[in-house]
Amino acid sequence: MKSQFLPALRLTLVMMVLCCGIYPALVWAAAQLAPGHGEGVQVHKNGRLVGFANVGQRFDKPEYFSSRPSAASYHADGSSGSNKGPSNPDYLKEVQARLDTFLVHNPGVKRADVPAELITASGSGLDPDLSPQGAAVQIPRVAKARGLAPAQVRALVQQHTELVLFGPDKVNVLALNLALDALR
Amino acid sequence: MNKELLGIGVIFLTTVLLAVPLGRYLATIYRGDKSWSDFLLPFERLLYRLGGVRPEREMTWQQHLLALLAINIVWFGWAMLVLCTQGSLPLNPDHNPSMTPDQAFNTAISFLVNCNLQHYSGESGATYFSQVFCLMFLQFVTAATGMAACVVVFNALREGAGEKLGNYYVYFVRSITRVLLPLSLIVALVVAFQGTPMTWLAKAPVITVQGDSTFVSRGPAAAMIGIKQIGTNGGGYYGVNSAHPLENPTFLTNAVENGAIVLIPIAMALAFGYYLRRPRLGWMVFGVMTAGYLLLQVPTVYLEMHGNPAITHLGVDQSLGSLEGKEMRLGAPASALWAIQTTVTSNGSVNAMHDSLTPLSGMNTLLGMMTNAFYGGVGVGFLNFFVFIIVAVFISGLMVGRTPEFLGKKIEAREMKIAILIALLHPLLILTGTALAAHLYTGNPTAYAGWLANPGYHGFSEMLYEYTSSAANNGSGFEGLGDNTPWWNISTGVVLLLARYLPIIGPVAIAGILARKKYVPESAGTLRTDTGTFGIMVFFVIWIIAALAFFPALALGPLAEHFTLY
Repeated sequence: MKSQFLPALRLTLVMMVLCCGIYPALVWAAAQLAPGHGEGVQVHKNGRLVGFANVGQRFDKPEYFSSRPSAASYHADGSSGSNKGPSNPDYLKEVQARLDTFLVHNPGVKRADVPAELITASGSGLDPDLSPQGAAVQIPRVAKARGLAPAQVRALVQQHTELVLFGPDKVNVLALNLALDALR
Repeated sequence: MNKELLGIGVIFLTTVLLAVPLGRYLATIYRGDKSWSDFLLPFERLLYRLGGVRPEREMTWQQHLLALLAINIVWFGWAMLVLCTQGSLPLNPDHNPSMTPDQAFNTAISFLVNCNLQHYSGESGATYFSQVFCLMFLQFVTAATGMAACVVVFNALREGAGEKLGNYYVYFVRSITRVLLPLSLIVALVVAFQGTPMTWLAKAPVITVQGDSTFVSRGPAAAMIGIKQIGTNGGGYYGVNSAHPLENPTFLTNAVENGAIVLIPIAMALAFGYYLRRPRLGWMVFGVMTAGYLLLQVPTVYLEMHGNPAITHLGVDQSLGSLEGKEMRLGAPASALWAIQTTVTSNGSVNAMHDSLTPLSGMNTLLGMMTNAFYGGVGVGFLNFFVFIIVAVFISGLMVGRTPEFLGKKIEAREMKIAILIALLHPLLILTGTALAAHLYTGNPTAYAGWLANPGYHGFSEMLYEYTSSAANNGSGFEGLGDNTPWWNISTGVVLLLARYLPIIGPVAIAGILARKKYVPESAGTLRTDTGTFGIMVFFVIWIIAALAFFPALALGPLAEHFTLY
């Protein structure tokens, strides 16, 4: 037995130095050169930390573009999807209620123009993005709440639409809303 | 939309193109031939010396298994110790508590067997110390364990093999120094430069634009993400795994992380051919695996892109597909790609919530784990496939009235018994576990109300998925299941143990027995195993044994749900 366990124990210690000491140290050192220095890319407004570029946050005031529904209430010290199955009756009621609420807050928008992302919860509960259509459908409401011309807001959305090679195009909600605030 | 379809095609094809040279490289380093990575030899010799192992000592198959089990027991002790005391250990800036004994048992076993079923959430349930020194450590060494066991089988099947089948520790150490570490480093650097944290700082307090106060969890995530993708581990740093915007920040990181899932499993299948200097055999294995994989992948992409019919009824725009549980930067097609690739391999990381997939997509993820041999885990995926090869050789030998032979060795009763026992163990564990849980639940639905987040057929699927994922050592979940209870922690822990070690011991034993047999030179009467015909035979053996056994259970869960929706 000793002949098996002694090398097992020693080799475990040696591999731990390699995999848990040297390897993370290398990644950490390289990350110092990365955007955000490995601490996450921080976003400031008037010198105050207001969020992380990649992490979604709650926007539900009419003058801001809303983020997607979140099962984690946008608390980023946790993360969660809704884990609702596609046929769950309670879930479908909830989706219907979100749609009704959206239509009330965005008068003039047709059902067929509401993209499903605005009434379904994201995988992480921290989704930072919308599709271009998800932002476009909110333009009239945001423009009205801010007293801006819709064309001006549309230009801003276009400016913040990131075209991705091979992937879906997206709009970062935090960046877009900060740009809106900066207009004033 | 077509852009996204093109995107997933590019991800898959690039991975296959990279796997071919990697397969050749794996064969070279495991055979001990000259390789460009030989500059690591002095470093490896240092590791052997410090570790107290003699690399030149040749082992029999039994000695290989003893070495494997002994070192696994050491790791289990270490993991239990760390997880039960993590709250008072250093590197815990968020002040997370220690795990309860049943949760620590489940987590320790689950990372020990390369499954990474997670009944905790990384943000609040683990500390930086346990993430790095326990969980990430196990992700490296358990992946290497599977690869080393696979190489023992390769070695035993080569022409002229006998009692002596190389040194276990050499295969183990080389898997880490020459394959897992460098590849993980590449993935870790890509994600770190795209915005994934790699820091020892605590979670950051934030007051958002609208004035909410919250925290953003951080930590040494990038390093762990590298190995969890490369080593078919799948245990994520954050609770929602690669759906988390810090764990998988962009479409580029998604492509790299996704490619990393299947890279080594595909390369290992090809390495089998290169190792034995019968490349056609490797391509036969790859062909069968790919056919099975595509059969699950194509309909899943289609279904996810077409959305949930219950939501279509609301009259909204579902042109981007089914989006419940998915992220906008990834989209429905890339989520479907990941869902199937992570389940046909034993990876189990996710970039979308499987519980919210449309019913038949959910079924396809289940089938990927039920067959568990279409690519499979690093090393162990091939071992599972090897069992099916043995069964197929035997059946086709009987069909054409010839003595069943594989690579010049007769397949006889003893090998067949082991192969069939291993093949049937998988459905036995899954169906027994699910039956017991369903029995408990229906006996007292109020007492177990916390188990299921969804009613009806879907609730049944949640339980079926948990045992399937455990038996396949996959680690993904229908996460609506309230699984951090003693019943789930302990019962899945037992399934995990049985489903890891027996399917390693079985194939290694078969190969070891075959190696001792007399070599029968191939003749015109030999059934050829590197042909398309034999490939089709293996394919049907897998479907009949692995998939059909589960048909009744699938009919009660995802199939029934499908027909209520469509």
